[in-house]
Amino acid sequence: MIGLTVFTILPFIGEFKVTPATMDQIIREKGISSEFFIDRMQENVVGKQFQGMLSLSPKITQALEAANAQHRKNKEYKKIIYTGPHDLAATVGKGSGSGFIVENKGLMWFLTFGLGIIGALLFIVPNVVLLGQKGIKNNGIYHENATNRGWIAWLVFVFLVSFYLVLYFRSEFAVNWTYLVDPISEFLSGNPAGHWFVYGFMYCTVMTVMAVRMYIKYRHNMYQMVRTTSVLFFQIVFAFLIPEIMVRLQMPYYDFKNAFPLDYDFFFQWNLKSLLNSGGIGLFILVWGIVLTLVIVPVMVYFFGKRWYCSWVCGCGGLAETLGDPYRQHSSKSLFSWKVERWLVHGVLVFAVGMTMMTLYSFFTESGTVLGLKTQSVQNTYSLLIGAFFAGVIGTGFYPIFGNRVWCRFGCPLAAYLGFVQRFKSRFRITTNGGQCISCGNCSTYCEQGIDVRAYAQKGENIVRSSCVGCGICSAVCPRGVLKLENGPLKGRINPTEVLLGNDVDLMELVNNK
Amino acid sequence: MEHIVIIGNGISGITAARHIRKLSDKKITIISAESDYFFSRTALMYVYMGHMKFEHTQPYENWFWKKNRLNLVHGYVTQVDTANKKLILNGSEEMGYDKLIIATGSKPNKFGWPGQDLKGVQGLYSKQDLELLETNAPNNEVCKRAVIVGGGLIGIELAEMLRSRDIPVTFLVREDSFWNGVLPEGESQMINEHILEHHIDLKLGTNLKEIIADENGWAKAVVTDKGEMIPCTVVGLTAGVAPNIDFLKGSGIELGKGVKVNNFLETNITDVYAIGDCAEQHESIGNRRPVEAVWYTGRMMGETLAQTICGNKTAYNPGHWFNSAKFLDIEYQTYGWVFSERAKKDHEQHFHWRHPKEKICVTIAFHRDTKLFLGINTFGIRMRHEILDRWLTEKRSVSYVLEYLKDANFDPEFYAEYEQAIISCYNSHYGTNIRPKKKSWKRIFSNV
Repeated sequence: MIGLTVFTILPFIGEFKVTPATMDQIIREKGISSEFFIDRMQENVVGKQFQGMLSLSPKITQALEAANAQHRKNKEYKKIIYTGPHDLAATVGKGSGSGFIVENKGLMWFLTFGLGIIGALLFIVPNVVLLGQKGIKNNGIYHENATNRGWIAWLVFVFLVSFYLVLYFRSEFAVNWTYLVDPISEFLSGNPAGHWFVYGFMYCTVMTVMAVRMYIKYRHNMYQMVRTTSVLFFQIVFAFLIPEIMVRLQMPYYDFKNAFPLDYDFFFQWNLKSLLNSGGIGLFILVWGIVLTLVIVPVMVYFFGKRWYCSWVCGCGGLAETLGDPYRQHSSKSLFSWKVERWLVHGVLVFAVGMTMMTLYSFFTESGTVLGLKTQSVQNTYSLLIGAFFAGVIGTGFYPIFGNRVWCRFGCPLAAYLGFVQRFKSRFRITTNGGQCISCGNCSTYCEQGIDVRAYAQKGENIVRSSCVGCGICSAVCPRGVLKLENGPLKGRINPTEVLLGNDVDLMELVNNK
Repeated sequence: MEHIVIIGNGISGITAARHIRKLSDKKITIISAESDYFFSRTALMYVYMGHMKFEHTQPYENWFWKKNRLNLVHGYVTQVDTANKKLILNGSEEMGYDKLIIATGSKPNKFGWPGQDLKGVQGLYSKQDLELLETNAPNNEVCKRAVIVGGGLIGIELAEMLRSRDIPVTFLVREDSFWNGVLPEGESQMINEHILEHHIDLKLGTNLKEIIADENGWAKAVVTDKGEMIPCTVVGLTAGVAPNIDFLKGSGIELGKGVKVNNFLETNITDVYAIGDCAEQHESIGNRRPVEAVWYTGRMMGETLAQTICGNKTAYNPGHWFNSAKFLDIEYQTYGWVFSERAKKDHEQHFHWRHPKEKICVTIAFHRDTKLFLGINTFGIRMRHEILDRWLTEKRSVSYVLEYLKDANFDPEFYAEYEQAIISCYNSHYGTNIRPKKKSWKRIFSNV
């Protein structure tokens, strides 16, 4: 708790002193040619001492906006500064931080991340003993405030949403956080940490700590143990370490497991250019990215279902399966939600593919518009609405309220694509065990994708649904051993039944084969 | 339009209603005094334990009933007038019917114990029982100790529920080992151990003598037949259930333990049927009991009767016996017949294997002379219903079953496998040389 508190307070404190040297360097790097802006900065910012980002940030953003307004009025388009005001504030802040936090990065790291990790583990590890015998540990989930949408859940909700808003839209407030992980970043990539590095590091830390919780909670269930290990490995190694090390080796930053269209900016002009300019490795990444989406992904889904990606490899899935596990029961099972889900998730897929086609058209024809639509503005809309708001703010922020797979279920275009393959051409299914279902509803309650598993199980039908990510929890919580995730022959995968196994053999045939 | 009235909205009544609707356009009315909508009785325990909310136990959303023109009536049938084909609801309202289905389920047994109607004494069967338990035993401050009387499936579920709120539990079991009227010795013994692991004060071979009241009419202690007095706040009576048919007395419908039915689920009165827990077969089917209070049989009777009512007269003809339960953390499945030592016939021989450390075991029953496979009980291992059902139909031998045991495994992926250990144990016991065959999808999905 202390760690979390310190972490929360950090954005608001700290000393910043912008020296002329820092200012000059930034002006040079950003290619700022607006005298107006520089004058304003010299006057209001440079050489002064600021207590906390709250006092520094407005000065910079105002200067920038005023400058740009001035230049637009005077039609001095070359002088307009296209860097976002908040990014610029973050850059200035990063260069000018001074005082206790900057000088004691290690100590501050301990006070935030260190204490956070220790605190969480102190809370989690005693469960080895406290939870007692191996088995399903869902006692009290609907009695406890935190997991039953009580005030703690709402507090977590507010915290997560604010965190993502800072991350995406007010990165200058994350500057103090970046100092904490500078040593780690410098060790890995040789560069000081930006706010995305903080996010990456935090993501891995949170996943690791919560994976410990998963290991303890599901220690009777080997499938969960193996799956949790896999998803943790891919996050730490593929999403975090490899890209950072690639930067150190002068290669482009790339997460090899992040497949298009989840990786929606893969075909954006800047990325293609950067890849094409990076020689062999760039070309390799380009080919890999295309093969991953067009060949590897569907083939793997054919053999194993979309679970190989969504709950074994994917970073979003990884966070959902670790941090989000305590909230999985909140995904709505109503028919209405299913309808919303199908419209939304396929809508996003169409949007992503449409945008990419525009992008590629613009790239090859070098025109900025397609059918009168500006490619750039479509991209910006997607990045803002889908990339930032849907995937980040709503996707994770809403964990405690709408369950842990909001993004994966309603928004992820890759999930929609994988879902088509899984539904129509895959060996994966959740087998229903004959007539053993007692309709208790544990499976449906704990399905994070909002699938009404029981509706199928009680009819003796296998579950073949495009949205299933194969987390295996329905099978784990079933008290009667009714559900099993498996890959088998396509024939008989979908088995509509009306009369269940156990009844009159003739009747079953009569009714089911009618 | 023919009016079908169903008394009871449990699994039997609802299954019948759903199937009649699928097959016909008849007017269907379902009457219940217990709950507005169908819920899964077997899941009530999870509501108390906080795994689910009550609404999660309802398999269909509330709009389902209206959409399918299943008319739900909240009320208690006080009288059935078969001569005039009408019901009396709540003592006064009348409702006519063309065909009547009685699916009223069970009620907890009470055996005339002194003090059995005191406050704080309850069974665990209905939604109301759950609500009562929430009042009687909300936590271990209010309920200092609970005594459970009756060592069956509901008893152990109630114990698990109370333990989930850290309420001390004493569990009185009449038999000298848990549920050994049904389970063979090795299995019953393993469950005894598991009950103790969960810090439940298990008292075997102990009967309830009386429940003592405090000055306010609340239970304050129980006295056992061994003369021991156990102070407690709540007493759970879980000594089995009996058909809930008291309202039918004097209706002319033939009653025994339950509502007497033939194998078409017809009572002695034309157009009156009974299904589920409350029905009693004139003649038992195979090894089955005349009254079967099991979820699955209730559902099957509903499936069957719907055919008859919609013009395809079908006898109730359940296939091979199967059942399942969960004892605290241990899942139990059974296919075919494995009887306890008390109930088994001479020719029934058992092979028992138990894991040296984990709470996992298997018992296979087979014919002593012919080696015909009769049934299997598994604890902590899931089995594939279709495969075992097929083997029973095909009258396979015990060695065949062992040889292909891997095909029948239904545990989640990456689980440890025990077939090798089980088969080695069998081989060393009976001097055979059976080798397990690799799992084959082809075999598993043939005949499907």
